[in-house]
Amino acid sequence: MGAEERAARLATRSIKTTAKAEAIDLAIGMVDLTTLEGADTPGKVRAMCAKAVHPDPTDPEVPRVAAVCVYPDLVAEAVRAVEGSGVGVAAVATAFPSGRAPLEAKLADTRAAVAAGATEIDMVIDRGAFLAGDYMKVWDEIVATREACGDAHLKVIFETGELATYDNVRRASWLAMHAGADFIKTSTGKLSPAATLPVTLVMLEAVRDFRARTGRRVGVKPAGGIRTTKDAIKYLVLVNETAGPDWLDPAAFRLGASSLLNDLLMQRQKLRTGVYAGPDYFTLD
Amino acid sequence: MAQSDARLPVRKTYKLFIGGAFPRSESGRSYVVNDARGGFLANASQASRKDARDAVGAARKAFGGWSGRTPYNRGQILYRIAEMLEGRRGQFVEELRAAGAAKGAAGAEVDEAVDRWVWYAGWADKLAAVAGSANPVAGPFFNFSTPEPTGVVAIVAPDSPLLGLVSVVAPAIVSGNTCVVVASEPAPLPAITLAEVLATSDLPGGVVNVLTGRRAELAPWLASHMDVNALDLAGAPADLAGSLEEAAAGNLKRVLRPGPEAGIERMTALLETKTVWHPVGT
Repeated sequence: MGAEERAARLATRSIKTTAKAEAIDLAIGMVDLTTLEGADTPGKVRAMCAKAVHPDPTDPEVPRVAAVCVYPDLVAEAVRAVEGSGVGVAAVATAFPSGRAPLEAKLADTRAAVAAGATEIDMVIDRGAFLAGDYMKVWDEIVATREACGDAHLKVIFETGELATYDNVRRASWLAMHAGADFIKTSTGKLSPAATLPVTLVMLEAVRDFRARTGRRVGVKPAGGIRTTKDAIKYLVLVNETAGPDWLDPAAFRLGASSLLNDLLMQRQKLRTGVYAGPDYFTLD
Repeated sequence: MAQSDARLPVRKTYKLFIGGAFPRSESGRSYVVNDARGGFLANASQASRKDARDAVGAARKAFGGWSGRTPYNRGQILYRIAEMLEGRRGQFVEELRAAGAAKGAAGAEVDEAVDRWVWYAGWADKLAAVAGSANPVAGPFFNFSTPEPTGVVAIVAPDSPLLGLVSVVAPAIVSGNTCVVVASEPAPLPAITLAEVLATSDLPGGVVNVLTGRRAELAPWLASHMDVNALDLAGAPADLAGSLEEAAAGNLKRVLRPGPEAGIERMTALLETKTVWHPVGT
């Protein structure tokens, strides 16, 4: 109730100067730097990993990002590239982005990614089954994937743009958390609308209530469509005001993005040097 | 219903011109513009550094498309601007007179502004021939140089409210640059009316962005902006020009100091040269 109004109101908060500097560094540390294109090459993945480890090569003070996010077949390449840096490697598995494949194929996808060294698995739920009311099928798939993950963290993607209502988002959140998700994630980034503030608000309320009920902290990851520092800071305000400061931690909140990182770096440089930065002075994303 | 003889005046709100739209300043500020006798004329938007930043963003976004047009097409659009300006002749004469020009002088200034657009429009598809060259080299290569636009140009416009403005904007955009102009501070109104001309001339949004406000507040942000490639100091006051030039050195912007009002130098100053070595023979 009132999710849109509340998200809109929180989005008007003004975060400036030192608070902004801290928010930018926090946001950089929360980024899951993502490349999920059919045209991804090992070289592109290596370049992105280098950027993940040293986002701004001219400034060693810039924190590294939380993780890189790639397709399962490129996990091995990414693992080699980020080795020893502390950057995680997330793989989208389970027939990403549609989730339309037999369960065996989805599990094989997951196991292959984990075997290649992925520390995090981003799975998609079967939206068709969810919308048809077959919640048990969704549940079983999450549980099975959870098992296939082994030690890797499991993020469950809802593709909220396809779930139609906030009630469905809340329901899916609850289902995924009980089924063992470590993170719940808004979108694949392949569909518009992707992450929105109200949807993230609903999910943050769900993880807050879930911890009150069970004591377990589940993370939230909005992904797709977050391109500017201003957007990222809006999400951080939302996290702080909804789930609480405990979630202002890369272990509990991530931002799935690619072009966002350069904007964060440009804003960071603007604060540091006092002049507006230009994209020519940063690596491509 | 009571009838009143006097019709309520419908006055224009003078706003900024950014990315093809007419927004108010994000700061919400405005300042009073007076006529030559000191009487109230209108309120103009007082742009902030964030408006300047947005304008640079809009200019950068427009650069690819505008510089990618054929020179012929850019010439057509500049000519179209002249046509639209001609159609609004009366309005500009009124505004220039309000800003202090005598009736005859105002008319002559508008005529000259129209002619200046036409003059630069003609240059669009000739610039490459005049500013480019085929270079003799010792080797089996056809070596040639072509002019390329330098990018986003920040312009501090002179105080001549229409002709001065046209004289700095036209040579910047004819070659494919996009620009952010800080209009004359005491006489900004014709600049915004000119923006209405630009908005209806098939000129893509963002190619010209017009800011009104305090030059001393806006120009330093544009001069230091790392995504601006050149700076035209045509209307920068002497006490500001030095520090602007210094700030422009941060990313080695081309700096154009005040010079002749019109001429090919105004265009070539905002060009880069691309030289190609094309293999020939066996």
